Amino acid sequence: MSATMSTAIGLKEILNLAPLILLTLTTVGVMLHIAWARRYHVIGALTIFGMNLALLSLPLLWLYNEGQPVPLTPLLVVDGYALFYSGLIIASALGVLTLCGAYFESYEGNREELYLLLLMSTLGAVVMAMSRHFAGFFIGLELMSIPLYAMVAYPVKDKRALEGGIKYLILSAAASAFMLFGMALLFAETGVLGFGEIGDKLAQGRSPLLLTGAAMMLVAVAFKLSAVPFHLWTSDVYEASPAPVAAFLATVSKVAVFAATYRLFLQVGVFQQPSALEALSVLAIASMVIGNVLALAQDNVKRILAYSSIAQFGYLLVALIAAGDRATETAGIFLLTYVVTTIGVFGVMALVSSPMKDRDVEHIEQFRGLFWKRPYLSSIMTAMLLSLAGIPLTAGFIGKFYVIALGVEERLWWLMGAVIVGSAIGLFYYLRVLIMMFQPIPTRDRVSEPLNWIQNAGGAMLVTAMVLMLVMGVYPQPFLDIIREAQPLLK
Amino acid sequence: MSASILVWLLVIPFVGGMASWQAERYSRYLPRWIALGTQLTVLGMSLWLWAVGDFTLNTPSAVPTFALEYKAEWIPSFGISFHLGLDGLSLLLIVLTNFLGVMAIGCSWKEIDRYVGFFHLNLLWNLAGVVGIFLALDLFLFFFFWEMMLVPMYFLIALWGHNIPGGKGRIYAATKFFIFTQFSGLIMLLAILGLVFFHHQATGQWSFGYFDLLATARKLDPTAAWWLMLGFFIAFAVKMPMVPLHNWLPDAHGQAPTAGSVDLAGILLKTAAYGMLRFSLPYFPDAMREIAPFAMALAALSVIYAGVVAFSQTDIKRLVAYSSISHMGFVTLGVFAGTEQALQGVVVQMIAHGLSAAALFILCGEIYERLHTRDLRQMGGLWARFPYLPPIMLFFSAASLGLPGLGNFVGEFLILTGSYAVSPLFTILCATGLILAAVYSLILIQKAFHGAPKADGHEGQYEDLNLRELGMMAILMVLLLGLGLYPQPVLDMSQSAMQTVQMIYSNPAVATTVSGVQP
Repeated sequence: MSATMSTAIGLKEILNLAPLILLTLTTVGVMLHIAWARRYHVIGALTIFGMNLALLSLPLLWLYNEGQPVPLTPLLVVDGYALFYSGLIIASALGVLTLCGAYFESYEGNREELYLLLLMSTLGAVVMAMSRHFAGFFIGLELMSIPLYAMVAYPVKDKRALEGGIKYLILSAAASAFMLFGMALLFAETGVLGFGEIGDKLAQGRSPLLLTGAAMMLVAVAFKLSAVPFHLWTSDVYEASPAPVAAFLATVSKVAVFAATYRLFLQVGVFQQPSALEALSVLAIASMVIGNVLALAQDNVKRILAYSSIAQFGYLLVALIAAGDRATETAGIFLLTYVVTTIGVFGVMALVSSPMKDRDVEHIEQFRGLFWKRPYLSSIMTAMLLSLAGIPLTAGFIGKFYVIALGVEERLWWLMGAVIVGSAIGLFYYLRVLIMMFQPIPTRDRVSEPLNWIQNAGGAMLVTAMVLMLVMGVYPQPFLDIIREAQPLLK
Repeated sequence: MSASILVWLLVIPFVGGMASWQAERYSRYLPRWIALGTQLTVLGMSLWLWAVGDFTLNTPSAVPTFALEYKAEWIPSFGISFHLGLDGLSLLLIVLTNFLGVMAIGCSWKEIDRYVGFFHLNLLWNLAGVVGIFLALDLFLFFFFWEMMLVPMYFLIALWGHNIPGGKGRIYAATKFFIFTQFSGLIMLLAILGLVFFHHQATGQWSFGYFDLLATARKLDPTAAWWLMLGFFIAFAVKMPMVPLHNWLPDAHGQAPTAGSVDLAGILLKTAAYGMLRFSLPYFPDAMREIAPFAMALAALSVIYAGVVAFSQTDIKRLVAYSSISHMGFVTLGVFAGTEQALQGVVVQMIAHGLSAAALFILCGEIYERLHTRDLRQMGGLWARFPYLPPIMLFFSAASLGLPGLGNFVGEFLILTGSYAVSPLFTILCATGLILAAVYSLILIQKAFHGAPKADGHEGQYEDLNLRELGMMAILMVLLLGLGLYPQPVLDMSQSAMQTVQMIYSNPAVATTVSGVQP
């Protein structure tokens, strides 16, 4: 990156800021509108419009930049990698948004601020995907996390949600402190904050101070990605949050953290020395095995999904350990399939639940015989669960296939053993939820649901996710091409 | 003859399955007729292929050749293509699959009374997946079908299975089946990917193609080949199943509906033997020869152990399930012996066992429909109360114990004669299985049909087999008899494929490696 330190802002730079500017403008617009009048549907439409504009600006920027990275201030860079992950983040935020629309329809408190929080959090996530500097990383992380605390606790009259919000706030703040301290130690040693510059400086030698700093950052990242043993918050927070917020936690926040971390790992060599890789491998194996094992004992589907996401990120850590060209591609395809699937699962849960009941539909018994009552929604849930389990014909299989291919190529046999054992254990609880939906129920309960769920935005989004998921599973080539195209020359 | 017919063999059941699922809204019987029509169509197509195709390829050759091939790009960036191929071996198994598919639909005509459409969706998709396995010439595609057929099978057992008293329940059995096969399947995936990376290292190309990887596999260094072979071997050994990896099968059979059992015993188990003949032997002949003594020992163990355990079963379906394990032991023995006789015997044995086991499971289902029990201790004296069912059961039990004149005898005889030259010890051990087979088959007949009738309120006759059931049994009997008396058409069909496998597998070293463990 030759123009690393250039801070000049020209037309090109301003255009490249477009996604961020559009998201910010939407946020301000939504805020002003709420101050003016609380019109739920108008505000929802405004948010969706703004996000779609931001999403549309990404491919245009890719064409405009002709695939070249454009540095924006020392903090950010817009390259294919950033654009791809920004797209993934905004698209999943849009998915969550449509679910929120359906889910909070009948909520009696103030509904509109949720959109505001969601927009800000998404903005933070996009900043993370573009960051190439500790300051950018941290600003993005905090901008993303702080609205999330409020989102988890959004149904404020629900004690569980409040408790979950506070738990997440405290633990996450502790992780942020670790992150900052780690950054400070790295800064103390090198005197610079950009990923690239640190990488250059570190070519000369490594001190214990550096390792400590790196380890502290690793802890913070592991917390955010909920890798075992830093996973303890995950199941509680997922269980406490409304279903769409849990979907946001599982997709947007994790994708953003992973995208930023991966760039950091690739550019700062200290994370690629054997001790760091060993530590990461231990985290990955523990996440795959323990995450899956803990899910076995759960009866709450949200908690099952929380543990499943721990395990899924264990699989993804393989890409972080094997960092390189092929790993970048693997991470891209894995996250793409993961996001589509996760949004689908939580989407079904959100559509069968409603916030005005005491709790979401989340206990496994509540899924009994769902197929005979709501055949289409449960078909989608079935396909999504099979995708999480990595069965062929679904997107999840392609993701897992890539991870295993990467592991075999890099000869990471221990990790591959864990992937296989984890998948086999995982099957057990995915099948448990799945078969519950097909259990016979008395005929009098077997009323088909009205088909109107498909007409609202949430339903349409779910059908889109289902179609995407199947297409990725059956004919993934176009998606592979996009990912391959988008991520050359990260260094 | 256009190769796209191979694609239709897969597409038609998929579409038919969807159609019969949706047809359930209109009528309870429509799904059955749609499924039956679909399955008869594909059976007709495969028989037509048999009639018009020429499968005496220019063999034996060092590389397997195929009469029909269909290839389309699928995921080019990984060198994955939608590549199907048909030779004599795969055609025989496809005909068997589609034929038993018709039987499976026939035998569930009355047994399945809820969610009929969804049942046939699963059944047809499962059959299509198995046909896909027999056709795939791309290892990714092979794995794809290998895993894909599990899901419908899982549903068949978990939703329409029986919760027999004292058993652990159908969901337990279905999950166990799924996890066993998925776990071993993933190990096979590791091996496939390993092979693909060796290919990439050697040539710089990504490919999952059968022939590309064949070339690479032959040039591997022995250690690598050994490990990769092991990956395939584990997957196939679980599916075969070989003792000690067998214990999912009795549970699955015990709880499965009749159609599920027909499917499992008649078809699914054959995918493992097919995998060994199609992939393991041609890919890793040396490594396979290396573990041949071990595998043959396992085969002998399967034959004897499963035979002994079968004898002590009280549930007739579990008895037949253990007999399947025992019979599949012969298949393993024949595959690893690798002489042409033994391999041809393997093919006949697969078909004969597919027919006889399917028939026995259908009969078990019919007994259960009438008596509402499968417990041998609660039967007895049935001979007088059914005019047709007991003699038919006796016929198929006799087939299963290897009575000359029936298909199983031809298969077992060929396997044993073909294997004796390679490993007398294990062949003799396996041959004792024939005695065990006679014991457990006859004890089944003895306990169920002879002795004093139980006083169970059914003093008079039971409702006997109806025309549909008799018709199905008659066809199966004719086929088994035909296979036993005149197996030549089958042998001709598979000859070229088996000669090729035999040529690849046998080389001068074979005698020395295997004779090392002779007494």
